Amino acid sequence: MTVTELVSYEDALTTYDPVMGLEVHVELGTKTKMFCGCSTSLGADANSQTCPTCLGMPGSLPVVNAVGVESAVKIGLALNCSIAEWCRFARKNYFYPDMPKNFQTSQYDEPIAFDGYLDVQLEDGEIFRVEIERAHMEEDTGKSTHVGGATGRIHGASHSLLDYNRAGIPLIEIVTKPIQGAGERAPEVAKAYVAELRELIKALGVSEARMEMGQMRCDVNLSLRPKGVEKFGTRSETKNVNSLRSVERAARFEIQRHAAVLSSGGTIVQETRHFHEEDGSTTPGRIKEEAEDYRYFPEPDLVPVAPSREWVEELRKGLPELPRVRRNRLREEWGVSEHDMQSILNAGAVDLIVATTEAGADSAAARKWWMGELARRANEDGTDLAALAITPEQVARVAALVAEGSLNDKLARQTIEGVLAGEGDPDTVVEKRGLKVVSDEGALGKAVDEAIESNAAIADKIRGGKVAAAGALVGAVMKATRGQADAARVRELILEKLGVEG
Amino acid sequence: MADLIKLTAAETAAKIAAGEVTAVEVTEAHLARIEAVDEKVHAFLHVDREGALAQARAVDAKRERGEKLGPLAGVPLALKDIFTTEGIPTTVGSKILEGWIPPYDATVTKRLKAADVVILGKTNMDEFAMGSSTENSAYGPTGNPWDLTRIPGGSGGGSSAALAAYEAPLAIGTDTGGSIRQPAAVTGTVGVKPTYGAVSRYGMVAFSSSLDQGGPCARTVLDAALLHEAIAGHDELDSTSIDAPVPPVVEAARNGDVKGMRVGVVKEFSGEGYQAGVMQRFNESVELLRELGAEIVEISCPSFDLALSAYYLIAPSECSSNLARFDAMRYGLRVGDDGTRSAEDVTALTREAGFGPEVKRRVMLGTYALSSGYYDAYYGSAQKVRTLITQDFEKAFEQVDVLISPTTPTTAFPIGERADDPMAMYLADLCTIPTNLAGNAAMSLPCGLAPEDGLPVGLQIIAPAMADDRLYKVGAAVEAAFTARWGHPLLEEAPSL
Amino acid sequence: MPGITREEVAHLARLARLELKDEELDHFAGQLDDIIGAVARVSEVADQDVPPTSHPLPLTNVMRPDVVRPSLTPEQALSGAPAQEQQRFKVPQILGEE
Ligand SMILES: [Mg+2]
Ligand SMILES: [Zn+2]
Repeated sequence: MTVTELVSYEDALTTYDPVMGLEVHVELGTKTKMFCGCSTSLGADANSQTCPTCLGMPGSLPVVNAVGVESAVKIGLALNCSIAEWCRFARKNYFYPDMPKNFQTSQYDEPIAFDGYLDVQLEDGEIFRVEIERAHMEEDTGKSTHVGGATGRIHGASHSLLDYNRAGIPLIEIVTKPIQGAGERAPEVAKAYVAELRELIKALGVSEARMEMGQMRCDVNLSLRPKGVEKFGTRSETKNVNSLRSVERAARFEIQRHAAVLSSGGTIVQETRHFHEEDGSTTPGRIKEEAEDYRYFPEPDLVPVAPSREWVEELRKGLPELPRVRRNRLREEWGVSEHDMQSILNAGAVDLIVATTEAGADSAAARKWWMGELARRANEDGTDLAALAITPEQVARVAALVAEGSLNDKLARQTIEGVLAGEGDPDTVVEKRGLKVVSDEGALGKAVDEAIESNAAIADKIRGGKVAAAGALVGAVMKATRGQADAARVRELILEKLGVEG
Repeated sequence: MADLIKLTAAETAAKIAAGEVTAVEVTEAHLARIEAVDEKVHAFLHVDREGALAQARAVDAKRERGEKLGPLAGVPLALKDIFTTEGIPTTVGSKILEGWIPPYDATVTKRLKAADVVILGKTNMDEFAMGSSTENSAYGPTGNPWDLTRIPGGSGGGSSAALAAYEAPLAIGTDTGGSIRQPAAVTGTVGVKPTYGAVSRYGMVAFSSSLDQGGPCARTVLDAALLHEAIAGHDELDSTSIDAPVPPVVEAARNGDVKGMRVGVVKEFSGEGYQAGVMQRFNESVELLRELGAEIVEISCPSFDLALSAYYLIAPSECSSNLARFDAMRYGLRVGDDGTRSAEDVTALTREAGFGPEVKRRVMLGTYALSSGYYDAYYGSAQKVRTLITQDFEKAFEQVDVLISPTTPTTAFPIGERADDPMAMYLADLCTIPTNLAGNAAMSLPCGLAPEDGLPVGLQIIAPAMADDRLYKVGAAVEAAFTARWGHPLLEEAPSL
Repeated sequence: MPGITREEVAHLARLARLELKDEELDHFAGQLDDIIGAVARVSEVADQDVPPTSHPLPLTNVMRPDVVRPSLTPEQALSGAPAQEQQRFKVPQILGEE
């Protein structure tokens, strides 16, 4: 690996203006593959979800998955694209062992959706419009395992093993127009765009878009041009950048690398580059002797797709509220700042909080638990909030118990801990652990009497008007009841018994 | 037993249904015939003796149980080796698929089985259906039963030779540029290219997807119709399959008649390159049709001139892509995998060793035609020609019910004569190609022997798309009139093997 | 149209993954040149304002419902594999030795 001398990010941006192109592939969540009826469910035995069609066997033929087309139209509409009145599939011809037919059934000059945009919101609330060139339908490849080399890498492997279960799973490729004018915020825009697109895809219900599972993959194309220059520079194409953070880092790295090459009088080679998670760098891919010539032509085994305008309008009507619009609405409803809303989004807590409020909790309580105790736990466990063993309904129940005074914060935390530990729902945990606030006035009165008795000096101060000293007695009572008392009520009782106005 | 192999499919089925003969007896008679003559003819690449007998026994058992038998139950058939057959080798005439046993049946295979047709085996063909002589088979040529030193046509030479040699009364072919009709013409048999989309392509190894069409081959027009009906119809596994009722082909074949029909003679299919004896028989056919009450109209289809050129761009382009899957990774031949070579090198070595020269030629031609910088001039223009040819047909069918022409410009040529002259070979399909480009239907049936060489001449009848029944209506009338004139079916004049 | 050269044939052969022998390159160069010379006539219509026909039938929107159909068994899927390992297709190294 060659060490690349980088120019500092700030220096790069004083001289150059970055232009980006982002290509995102989304695996749809259809039940079957794009062109055959094989299941797409995860975790199946190798090559157990294959048929003549997705294995590219002689004589086999493709038939288009209707839900695949519908999903493509929905994505197109949500991205404010025009939907083609008539379009075709095309064959993209190139040889690769993970591609059974040695052509990918894709779309070429007639994508199903084109000319759209997606408004993305940056951390400070600024809206940046990313223009969409096209969204088209295609199919995924099989999965290869490389054997015999170092750590399963393709380089130096003695042979590879192919599992075609993934071959033929529907993909939607979404390509932006050149993103210009983002300046130093280009990496942030890239990240925000991919994040927004992911939210959108999830909201449409067409894919879970889990980047860590490869359900959403991003290629970052980047070039620099000297400030004030109109013409684009030569671009590099960084492939398979598969997390939000990586998208930002890859863009940043390439800006610095390009600047270094250009500043030292070098020229950028148009090439494919690989991104490295470990250090955020990119390295060149294999240099091809000759330019790829994909020899696209209309797929003769499939007939054209001509979405009727009525159907397109019907789908448009059924679109859910766009994630950004929804977030802004929720932000206002909840009365939180842009910054807080961003944190909620980053934590993956928006839908959880909404579900919790729908289960009866007030939004402040829902936010408090998900962004507090639960976020801390998820962080400790290294998992997503959504993956925690607690449901929004259960969180809402905890909030309800607090609201009615049955639990205080400390007890509520213990209740949540119990739910997360698999001890049952909140009521069961409260019951089993005996966490209910001591509200029995007799028992509480007794505890208060005892506290006054054993802290006579403090009690006198209070009687003498130093109401603030009551805190010490409250502490004593809470200690005696192992926290299971409602502190506010305890204070009331102390003051009452000592004959002082609160 | 000798009688059994000369029966038509319709007669055979009737005798089996009536209990005059068993399906096993019929099958055994054909297997014996294959045993006796196929060493000379080489129509078959694989004979499935056991499978055929098992199928025949099942038909006999059905009859014994009193179940109603279909119109082709128990009739033996020769299946072109381009259709996948579960458990039975499918080679497409290529070394690259030698030994491949598909794990699935083509839709045509399934429908034949469902119709209780007895599949005797798989027939020889030009490799990947690329050729007009069956000389491009990796497994050696097939002889024409009329003269074993001559070609039986191609690519489906095995299927037509099997019919002409009485090895089977029915066969299945595929027609991309004439591969059913041209073999039928040169062997004195009947072959039909149905409307594109009428017969499912699922499980039919693709040569040129937008042109390929499977169809029936037989010794009589009625037999072809019965087989047509058995294999045609919508298939949800083929996106290009027509979702409409099959035209009434059997009824048409049973009621041959041309009275009052307008028959167009395509002006462009004559002149230089057309053998005198072929034109003589063709002109007699025109006269015959007139006598039978048809009105003859001369029709000009000027764009047909460009058909051959368009075909030799479109078919190679599609095949260059269709054949990319033969890469030594998942099935078929693998050459040069010594542990040091890359997958890419192994693929290239395997394709070099596994494909014959005609396949390589077309794959390269197609690669060229699709490559950047050439696409518009070649592939793009060829598709425009396709539109023009379709428009010529449309205009013609506004004036006439069917068109006719010789099926091929010449009779069967000697094996080897055009083997290394691709352009000369390509001319054999001059008259058949426009139909493939436009997607409509056509038939070839015998119209006599060329006086100069005593070899069969084919008459081509062309109908609009979805009007396949017209072929049978006209074909049956012509067949009946010729048979009456000759006093017997033409095939009886073939020398015995 | 320009004549097709031996180098062009070699390039096409690489694109098409055919390890052609030297004598084949010469042979095919001649033949392809002849064929292309003959079929290039189609470009006569290049300027004509006619739509291209890519499909012989005027069908559109042929789709299937998103319903799972039975797959092959892995044994069937792999039955024709030149080599297999761990229920997967075993293929030569994807990148050649460098
Ligand atoms: Mg793509
Ligand atoms: Zn499949």
